[in-house]
Amino acid sequence: MTATFPQELKQPLVLGIESSCDETGVGIVRGTTLLTNTVSSSMDEHMRFGGVIPEIASRAHLDAFVPTLQESLHEAGVTLEDIDAIAVTSGPGLAGALMVGVCAAKALALATGKPLYAINHLVAHVGVGLLDGKPDAGAAAGLGAGQLPENLGALLVSGGHTEILRIRSITDDVELLGSTIDDAAGEAYDKVARILGLGYPGGPAIDKLARQGNPKSIRFPRGLTQPKYMGTAEDKGPHRYDWSFSGLKTAVARCVEQFEARGEEVPVADIAAAFQEAVVDVISSKAVLACKENGITDVLLGGGVAANSRLRELTRQRCTSAGITLHVPPLDLCTDNGAMVAALGSQLIMAGIGPSGLAFAPDSSMPVTSVSLPAQA
Amino acid sequence: MLILAIDTSAVASAALISDDAMEGVVDSFATEDTRSHAEVLAPGIEKLLAGADVTGADIDAIVTGVGPGPFTGLRSGIATARTLAFVWNKPLHGLMSLDAIALEVAESTVSASEFLVATDARRKEVYWARYTVTDGRLPELVDGPHVGFASELPDLPVFGAGAGLYADVLSADPDFAGTQPNAASLGQFALARLAAGQALLDSTPLYLRESDAQVPGPRKRAL
Ligand SMILES: [Zn+2]
Repeated sequence: MTATFPQELKQPLVLGIESSCDETGVGIVRGTTLLTNTVSSSMDEHMRFGGVIPEIASRAHLDAFVPTLQESLHEAGVTLEDIDAIAVTSGPGLAGALMVGVCAAKALALATGKPLYAINHLVAHVGVGLLDGKPDAGAAAGLGAGQLPENLGALLVSGGHTEILRIRSITDDVELLGSTIDDAAGEAYDKVARILGLGYPGGPAIDKLARQGNPKSIRFPRGLTQPKYMGTAEDKGPHRYDWSFSGLKTAVARCVEQFEARGEEVPVADIAAAFQEAVVDVISSKAVLACKENGITDVLLGGGVAANSRLRELTRQRCTSAGITLHVPPLDLCTDNGAMVAALGSQLIMAGIGPSGLAFAPDSSMPVTSVSLPAQA
Repeated sequence: MLILAIDTSAVASAALISDDAMEGVVDSFATEDTRSHAEVLAPGIEKLLAGADVTGADIDAIVTGVGPGPFTGLRSGIATARTLAFVWNKPLHGLMSLDAIALEVAESTVSASEFLVATDARRKEVYWARYTVTDGRLPELVDGPHVGFASELPDLPVFGAGAGLYADVLSADPDFAGTQPNAASLGQFALARLAAGQALLDSTPLYLRESDAQVPGPRKRAL
């Protein structure tokens, strides 16, 4: 039988598995201490396609899983017998990619007899904020180990998602305040980088080039900011805290074509800067608005786009003027990884929440209200 | 010798195979449907082991079907098999999944000395392979596996669910018109081959198709 969990365990040793997009991650934490964070990325294989190809990512997960697991155990200096529990991302994410991690995690739980937690990927991004600072492991988002600020929000921006969350309790009370209704912000970066001939991944390329451009030279639209979507604080519109980036991408393509049609040189750096400004402006302003109107005083930034210098800068500036504290974990913990899954698993165990068993299915659209899956009867 | 066999190239299935058991099969399970691998496979194996009072330590080798089969389902079994083999530190072998049906044909009253096995490859195609069989011997793979349209297969009797789907263009054997690869037959085949000193495959999946990814062409005009 699958083991049940001793509730009183204070510093559980948890192994976390992540495979929701193109990173195969295995991380190990003890309580709130990060022991290792091993990631194998298939990013290079997606390069020539200009975006993540789900089938390529899934094939890569299958081949990367056991080597990544082996490496992480080695790095942490622990054995599978030492592990108290296993945690795995069960959603949201790419269905075929999730399937590999979930099947491997179930086999791991079955073979070791350890309890398994099926975990929400988005909430796990917040979980890294609970890891305490260990200089050589590079953890710490400054949230205070094991203790989250009372009025916490999380702004998650990556190639797969763009969300603002409110976290009342990381183990059982998370609310989605707003999200993208079409492309994720990172996806918009990739698509625009392709239009501008800047290669993949688009985020770092655009961020770099944008520094040489004038963001005010062109004005690109900020999606879902018209009054009919925003409403007012008292009478909220249908997309007050939501984003849309597909119109912006089209506007960039149109702008490039207009320069070409006029036979003018395309001002790539200016377009990159203006595009980046449009993305970052609308993300940070809506996120700060959501925080102010929901009494959020601390925000954690997560997801791969947290690496973007302008997003960090403008979000920090706007948070500061609104009296909100911004917390940014080290970048290797912002991108998708197994340590965040382990960190959330550890919190669930310390809160006495039971494991998920072996019968659950991965859920590519798992809502944030579901932090972990309960065991099926 | 005790083998844990797993195949998810079509349905999800697992079996415990031992030369001490009657016809080699200690116990086995297989789902009816082809879309619930992630949910049923691990609990199924857990039950299988518990029912036979067997632990990982008792198992001598793990065998996994390596397809061909629909990708996501196929990977569930291989990911499971690779992980179990790693944790239990046991040898892991692969077997072409269509071999499972070929063995059942060879052990049946069917008298064909040369035949095809076909399964559903979706998108109006089948996965197929060609076998020969001589009395009392294991079926021998002589061509394949391939993926293609049923109408383009060699003119031979065809066994397996792929034949049943396209019975209008294939000479499908009605007794095998719904047969899917399963771990019990696959494990028996593996045991027989290991006993005969024959090599098995590694666990590399036989996708037979590329990932469908398209390198983007020139930019589409937005105007
Ligand atoms: Zn993520």
